[in-house]
Amino acid sequence: MRRTSFSPARQIRRTAVGALAGALALTALAACGTSSSDSGNGDSKPGTGSSDPAAPLDPKTKVDLTIDCMPPAAKAAELKEWKQDVATFNRTYPNVKIVGRSTPGQCEEPPRFTAALKAKSQPDVFYSYFTDLQQVLDNNGAADISAYVTDKSVPALNSIDPAVMGVYKKDGKMYGLPTSNYQMGIMINRKLFQRAGLDPDRPPTTWEEVRTDSQAIAKLGGGVYGYGEYSAENTGGWHFTAAMYSLGGDVVGSDGRAAFDNATGKQVLQQLHDMRWTDRSMSQTQLLKWGDLQKQITADKLGMFLAAPDDIAYMVQQLGAKYENFGMGPIPGGKATLTGGNGYMIKQGSSPDKIKAAIAWLNFKNLSPGKGQFEWARTKADQLPVGVPQPNFFTGDVKAADLKSRTDNATMPVANFAPYLAKPIPGKAEPPKAQEVYKVLDNAMSAVLTNKDADIAKLLSTARTQVDQVLANQ
Amino acid sequence: MSASTLPTREATRPHPGAELPRQSGFARALRRNLTAHGFLIGAVLCFAFFSWYPMVREFLLAFQKTKDGRTTWAGWSNLSYVFHDPAFWQAWRNTLLFTGLALVLGFVLPFLVAVLLNEFRHGQGYLRLLVYLPVMLPPVASVLLFKYFYDPGYGLFNRVFELLGLPAQQWLQSTDTAMLSVVIAATWMNMGSATLVYLAALQGIPGELYEAAELDGAGLLRKIWHVTVPQTRLVLSLMFLMQIIATMQVFTEPFLLTNGAGPEGSTTTVVYLIYQYAFNFNNYGGAAALGLCLLVLLAGFSAAYVRLSRDSDG
Repeated sequence: MRRTSFSPARQIRRTAVGALAGALALTALAACGTSSSDSGNGDSKPGTGSSDPAAPLDPKTKVDLTIDCMPPAAKAAELKEWKQDVATFNRTYPNVKIVGRSTPGQCEEPPRFTAALKAKSQPDVFYSYFTDLQQVLDNNGAADISAYVTDKSVPALNSIDPAVMGVYKKDGKMYGLPTSNYQMGIMINRKLFQRAGLDPDRPPTTWEEVRTDSQAIAKLGGGVYGYGEYSAENTGGWHFTAAMYSLGGDVVGSDGRAAFDNATGKQVLQQLHDMRWTDRSMSQTQLLKWGDLQKQITADKLGMFLAAPDDIAYMVQQLGAKYENFGMGPIPGGKATLTGGNGYMIKQGSSPDKIKAAIAWLNFKNLSPGKGQFEWARTKADQLPVGVPQPNFFTGDVKAADLKSRTDNATMPVANFAPYLAKPIPGKAEPPKAQEVYKVLDNAMSAVLTNKDADIAKLLSTARTQVDQVLANQ
Repeated sequence: MSASTLPTREATRPHPGAELPRQSGFARALRRNLTAHGFLIGAVLCFAFFSWYPMVREFLLAFQKTKDGRTTWAGWSNLSYVFHDPAFWQAWRNTLLFTGLALVLGFVLPFLVAVLLNEFRHGQGYLRLLVYLPVMLPPVASVLLFKYFYDPGYGLFNRVFELLGLPAQQWLQSTDTAMLSVVIAATWMNMGSATLVYLAALQGIPGELYEAAELDGAGLLRKIWHVTVPQTRLVLSLMFLMQIIATMQVFTEPFLLTNGAGPEGSTTTVVYLIYQYAFNFNNYGGAAALGLCLLVLLAGFSAAYVRLSRDSDG
């Protein structure tokens, strides 16, 4: 028989237990939820600074700035420099608290970046690639900083290549500041070149030379291969695009349709197929992605691959490579070369003070000749790479002075990069919907590198149809 | 307590025109079970925030588009985009191929291993541990181990083939063998759990049935076919459906073994394509639309699973 009445004490006890359980559950939920310090308007005290973009940041206004791409602990020397820069910056702006966030590996990994944008959990000042602008704007992720970027807030503004400044502009509005740029070239292992009887001061300048040099290096045996290429995680399509550009071709034409199903596209794939299957000067291990070829060339198992100059910094700092073993030449073919880079954007909804503080930091750290990332004497003292032609966005006298400082403080044989610098090649930006186009082209790249009987004409035709579908769905 | 103090159905029924009682039956039941409801709150909120809300959001996202920070209703265009993506049908073909191969290997093999284990009189605990050991390894570690085994240059499998005088294989590097290689790795990693479930079912079969079969002159195979299989039919059916539901959501193994797509996209699965849409292409609408397609299919299998589970309870 069930009791239907409650004694008051029992009722109170039950109520208390229920309330306690509920409170515990809510506490647990709060603990497992994400804490968000993001705040668009966040940590600066509104009303204490000026909302006039032209007015300088009020030193009395307290601003907290979260910034990503702070060097991780594994990069001890770079982290030390970061901390020094924060201390120096704080002497001028003691009111700005820089809260760095570091990430292992590359500063931006597209899946993580995309998710952060969707969740609006990116830091106040966030790292991005040149190709990210549309994605960021689609997610309402970046503030319009046009009015804040002047030759007062960024004194070197007029010495920065306008083409590079333009990558973060849309419809006349500026959404970010560049901090580095690159032009693709060919990285070589000088030791293997010498062992194969090749001149390491003369990297191949045509694709025919790439093939013959690759054969010569592969003849060394012992698991050494002449040429390496990516074909996974969209990096195959990225390099296919670079090779197309180098031969004067294109991937997406001015009519907004696929432009690679032609003799140039066939030449790119045929050469890779022949190096892999006829010459056997490329490794059996394929489906490689960014990072794999750097490991192979560092281990003296690979002769050359298409790369950006700062790959050598990754190889030296993370993989223990020695500068003197590597050199760089311009991209073979030399008609045009794929350009790219990275910079920072400021989170949408940030207060004017926060935007001013962010621009002051970016200017000091990344855009001031002789300071921050351009303080080459300090970089040399910290035994970090000096001499890599990247970033390379200054023009005129500022560029000349910066290059001289790099040469004076070089920690690597700068001459190894002389062929790359001696032949400037017109830069060409990545195609629209780059990642989706690259995904399709990965298939063609992986096919010729893993299938001896790959039908190149069919691969290109299929890829053209697929890329046209991707582009039609914009 | 006398019977007259009990609330009777007649007494609690409101009379027409009479005032409603101040507390409904629901409120009384709620108050009576307050403690239980208090403890339920945590689970309900967790489900609400982390399962039900995302499901509703996914459904909405499948019919929305975001451009330049503005989200608008997109009708069927996300589904149309997905259906017209050349990778869509390839992903489904690959997923079905994986599921088919995983059923052949991952369904039959654990059952046979369980039957064998069940026959051992000694060291069964040790053997069970050996079979279950791969499940205890972190999946990423297991997959990377297989990545090394499969390397066509220095991999273990080609070394063994070389010693046996067999031709070297391309394993993950060939469209012909990539998916099979992924299935082999996945089966090795996951078969331990299924084997233990089968083993438990086998040990529940009365020994008298086997003795009777033996008296009738049945050999090992006939005993398996006429005693073991019928006696474990329900468990086999449930595991079969669970296997389908799990394998159609395969992601980790191809993602780590072949960087997702594989040679010529031969290991691109539906879930990997969803990941690509969302996190590489920032196309959450497309990802949600494809997720809906997968949901519809898996809901069918799940319904069958629930039906079978009820049958087993009954």
